[in-house]
Amino acid sequence: MSNRSRTLSLKERGLNFEMLMWIFTRLSALAMYGLFLVGLVGALWMGARYHMNFAEVLRWAFMSNYIHVQSTNIPSIDPWASAFWRLVASGLFLLGTAHGVHGMVVIADDYIVSSGGRKIVRLLSMIAMVSMSVIGVYVLWTY
Amino acid sequence: MSITRNVGLMTALRYKGQGPMLTFILHRIGGMGMVIFISMHVLSSFLGGDVGRFLNDIYENWIFQIFIFFFVMFHATNGLRITILDLWPKLLEHQREAIWVEWAVFIALYGFALFSIISTALGG
Repeated sequence: MSNRSRTLSLKERGLNFEMLMWIFTRLSALAMYGLFLVGLVGALWMGARYHMNFAEVLRWAFMSNYIHVQSTNIPSIDPWASAFWRLVASGLFLLGTAHGVHGMVVIADDYIVSSGGRKIVRLLSMIAMVSMSVIGVYVLWTY
Repeated sequence: MSITRNVGLMTALRYKGQGPMLTFILHRIGGMGMVIFISMHVLSSFLGGDVGRFLNDIYENWIFQIFIFFFVMFHATNGLRITILDLWPKLLEHQREAIWVEWAVFIALYGFALFSIISTALGG
């Protein structure tokens, strides 16, 4: 067996929806890592070292919503509820929703194999994605 | 064009994929768990009321946090391994070693998280 990579070039493979979502899943994972790190560094910047434990910092970094730090010992909630953190949380939430809904479609495709069933799965996934995105962003900005 | 399954359920259950298969299964369970957890969490925050408060109280509970931290952190570490190996396909040859590294990182980080969750729960 030769050592040449068996990966086809993009031209030979063609660019279709599945391919785009495959790369989106990877890139959105990296982007979510970036936003996670922003949340982590931001929490330390705002004094998490003195008022929060490791799990509480992680919980904040996974979703930078101020409600997630209400149960900690932080002296003031104000810097944690700023528009910047709502923006970071919205970005994380929208990326996560798209990533997660596509993940559910991938799982469903393993069990639902008829083309009609797959069309229904896609329709439901689009409805779920749009409605969850709207509700989630609404919750992040109004509470 | 439709695709048919050619592997029965029992054959699938007997498949022994070892380490990589375990990460695949945990990744799926964790991914599905997160979709269910986050959807219910967002909806209960949106709807509020007694039901919403009841659900969010469950999520605040330390026993629930132990589970959700496991799934989220495993999904994140495993996802980073998949991303790195898929974006640099030459590394795929070292998948088994990568999975060992992944477990080392995951156990260390999850151990810290577990320690702080449990010590907070016990210390009040």
